[in-house]
Amino acid sequence: MNVAITVNGQVQNVEVAANTLLVNVLREQLGLTGTHVGCDTSQCGACTVHLDGRAVKSCSVLAVQAQGAQVVTIEGIGSTDDLHPMQAAFQDCHGLQCGFCTPGMIMQAIDLVTDAQSQSKPLDSDAIRHGLEGNICRCTGYQNIVAAVAKGAAELSSKAKGA
Amino acid sequence: MYSFDYHRPDSLDSARSLFAQAEDPMYLSGGMTLIPSMKQRLAAPSDLIDLSGLAELQGVERLDGDGKIRIGALTCHNDVANSALVLEQLPVLAQVAGAIGDNQVRNRGTLGGSIANSDPAADWPAALVGLQATIHTQDRQIAVEDFFRDLFETALAAEDIVVAVDFAIPRRATYQKFRHPASGYAVVGVLIAEHDNGIRVGVTGAGPCAFRACALEDALNNSFTEEALDAVDVPDVGFNSDIHASAEYRSHLVKVLSKRAVAQLRSES
Ligand SMILES: Cc1cc2nc3c(=O)[nH]c(=O)nc-3n(C[C@H](O)[C@H](O)[C@H](O)COP(=O)(O)OP(=O)(O)OC[C@H]3O[C@@H](n4cnc5c(N)ncnc54)[C@H](O)[C@@H]3O)c2cc1C
Ligand code: FES
Ligand code: FES
Repeated sequence: MNVAITVNGQVQNVEVAANTLLVNVLREQLGLTGTHVGCDTSQCGACTVHLDGRAVKSCSVLAVQAQGAQVVTIEGIGSTDDLHPMQAAFQDCHGLQCGFCTPGMIMQAIDLVTDAQSQSKPLDSDAIRHGLEGNICRCTGYQNIVAAVAKGAAELSSKAKGA
Repeated sequence: MYSFDYHRPDSLDSARSLFAQAEDPMYLSGGMTLIPSMKQRLAAPSDLIDLSGLAELQGVERLDGDGKIRIGALTCHNDVANSALVLEQLPVLAQVAGAIGDNQVRNRGTLGGSIANSDPAADWPAALVGLQATIHTQDRQIAVEDFFRDLFETALAAEDIVVAVDFAIPRRATYQKFRHPASGYAVVGVLIAEHDNGIRVGVTGAGPCAFRACALEDALNNSFTEEALDAVDVPDVGFNSDIHASAEYRSHLVKVLSKRAVAQLRSES
């Protein structure tokens, strides 16, 4: 089947079987290997991307379900020279060790901030922990991840206010 | 995952006729249960009929006549949890939806998929039982008492599509859940609602499917106190027993969570 998916702002026409997962299109057909597969059983969140603006586990979405949709991956939010504020916060707070879970953590963290902003909900450490329930990290013990998300959130909201 | 043919109809009628023509079809909504099951080859449909294009299954609204809240089957858990109408008129639904799984799952998983699947540990079924729900399919209405039948078994025929669920608005209600720490599913969940016609106690996680705890309802109709629940026996006959919890422990949890719910409601009033 042919599907058209807008990935990081560019329309991609890809030929897929009905049982191809979105994560496999991203990694294998489009070479966007920043999105990781940790479990392939919907538990770990390493494969988190934004589908029409919302965080989803791309190992549990069929590519055909994303026909016509907007997908944003970790490659789409910033670059090595121009980090997204959430990426910079993970770096500053030492929010990663091996880095395998990090792309998923960052994509989920951005969703969390967007959500909190749009509903004017506070994003305290409990809310951050609740929001990261679908993301597993084998290295850090989460403490610095929570600190990084809090810092990234503060920067994003001061940016939003400044804009 | 085995191979299959994929369809995305744009109306209820065409979804039904695709279903009738296919060899061994299944409907797909959020895919949060079905796709993992297909990966494990626990499900192997010949055809997947994706319901996500059906406008008839969308939306959250307040019904004029009987003042119920109607939620379209395709509404994802987060859209219920964040709905301004729900938060204002029936906040317990937001409490239930917000307690499901994790954020990514709540962004995809739907009300219709959850109740059609009827996992014994799913959260929505407790809310349907406690809030005297009516389930609408393409051509009939099913009262919640007749809907949940057994483990993964409901009153739906294979070709039936859940279109929407109507929930009664009680005077007050709360949901208490003992969450499995890894999966998020309910080891036990209890929803207690006070309606004009009495108390309803909906229980999930404890038995093969969600049910009304009538003995607890009777006790609470007599006296809406935690003490009133002490005298009630919750037999664990037929309760689930697995590596997560024994039947006896689940029976204990039904009572503990019911007391927490009563305490919560009393503290609010
Ligand atoms: C990591 C993880 C954690 C989870 N934690 C929880 C939790 O804590 N609590 C909880 O309650 N659930 C939990 N779930 C399940 C989640 O809520 C699912 O979304 C839900 O059970 C199924 O909804 P769906 O839209 O994804 O359905 P699908 O997976 O698309 O479908 C499920 C079944 O329902 C059928 N179906 C779907 N839609 C309809 C319809 N409209 N009419 C008729 N049949 C239909 C399908 O054919 C299939 O058999 C979790 C799932 C995951 C992956
Ligand atoms: S790889 Fe998708 S959730 Fe783990
Ligand atoms: S940093 Fe290694 S898994 Fe999270």
